[in-house]
Amino acid sequence: MSNRPITEDDLHAYVDGVLESEREAEVAIYLEGHPDMARRVAAFSDQRDLLRKALAPIADEPVPSQLNLSGMIESRRRRSSPVWWAIAAMLMLSIGGVGGWVMRGSLQGSNGGLAALAQEAAYSYSVYAPDRIRPVEMRASDSAQLVQWVSNRLKQPVKLPDLTGSGYRLMGGRLIATSHGPAAMFMYDDDRGDRLVVLTRPMASEQSAPMAPHLGGDVSGFAWADGGMGYSLVGQAAAESLRPIANEVRKQARTI
Amino acid sequence: MSDMLHLVEPVIPALRRYARALVRNRAAADDLVQDCLERAVSHWNQRREGDPRPWLFTILHNLAVNHFRRSARQGKHITIDEANEDDFGQDAVQEQKLMYQDVLDKLARLPEDQRAVLLLVAVEDLSYADAARVLDIPIGTVMSRLSRAREKLQQEIEGTADGAPTNVVQLRSMK
Repeated sequence: MSNRPITEDDLHAYVDGVLESEREAEVAIYLEGHPDMARRVAAFSDQRDLLRKALAPIADEPVPSQLNLSGMIESRRRRSSPVWWAIAAMLMLSIGGVGGWVMRGSLQGSNGGLAALAQEAAYSYSVYAPDRIRPVEMRASDSAQLVQWVSNRLKQPVKLPDLTGSGYRLMGGRLIATSHGPAAMFMYDDDRGDRLVVLTRPMASEQSAPMAPHLGGDVSGFAWADGGMGYSLVGQAAAESLRPIANEVRKQARTI
Repeated sequence: MSDMLHLVEPVIPALRRYARALVRNRAAADDLVQDCLERAVSHWNQRREGDPRPWLFTILHNLAVNHFRRSARQGKHITIDEANEDDFGQDAVQEQKLMYQDVLDKLARLPEDQRAVLLLVAVEDLSYADAARVLDIPIGTVMSRLSRAREKLQQEIEGTADGAPTNVVQLRSMK
């Protein structure tokens, strides 16, 4: 038997039946010695019982067809754009590994468009973001050289997005090999150590494309293309919290 | 998405019950649940791993709060459903039906925030921690609202709500 005094919270937890058995026994002993309190607790138990019984019939009603969940899932699937599904399929394949390799022909079918870019960004994130030793090749302190290096290799002026306004600091970056040529990868982290990757490269196809989400597995992100350059932002945060950051990257990239 | 159906579908009856107990109108409550389910479908990838019940109740609760605000702003009157055969099942005896109706009327007189805590904890069996998450309040506030809800409902049931000071033993003094 513990010496902890019985609290009001204990009495409510007793009513709700959520105390551990030892504590429950202690409360029961306490109530034996306090008949006034025991009456209140009994009244609360009756009240709880009455409420549950009064509301139980609602849960027993047949669920109206308005709330047909499989119908909602199906109609959402139909509404979703083919692009979204293509990207989701890519990510599923990338998670599949062997499956992704076997299906490489169909991936290349995208001709280096947005879906391919999204996949490359997801790959880069999964390879480099978990790296605790050398996630980037050039650190943020050398950001001027980093920009010059990737701009030379991409044969395009690359602007380094500044995400401090969104709470993310530049860690650095590196050059990434893709089947559509070199790409620049920049990595950022926030105060909690959550990392973001921005990937950019020239686009052979889909040189200009609106921002589209890519979701799947445990990374999410957005991809878009502007003026011949493709961009993808990938992270582990919820897609909706990444959207404003992606918008910020797009805005900054347009002001080269 | 495939796990969504078997994780969410079993929760629908409880979501309907919570919505109905809050807004007391069948059509309005089911509209809220429909809205909740549609949001759950479109934001499924944003939920936390594990039991989706607290997440679903959070969505539903926020929709219900917006619904109350909107109704209050528009001065819109929402009819409260009267008890009928459908609401209480065919077997229940008349006296019991009246008793049930009566406790729901009294529940409706509780402040909205107290009612929500009492329903989530005592009827929907959410843990105190999950109720705190759904309502976005500290767990201590859950406990004090629960205490006040029970005291107030008990006073209503005993018919002492508007009466003179009683010899009621307070489990927790009003804050």
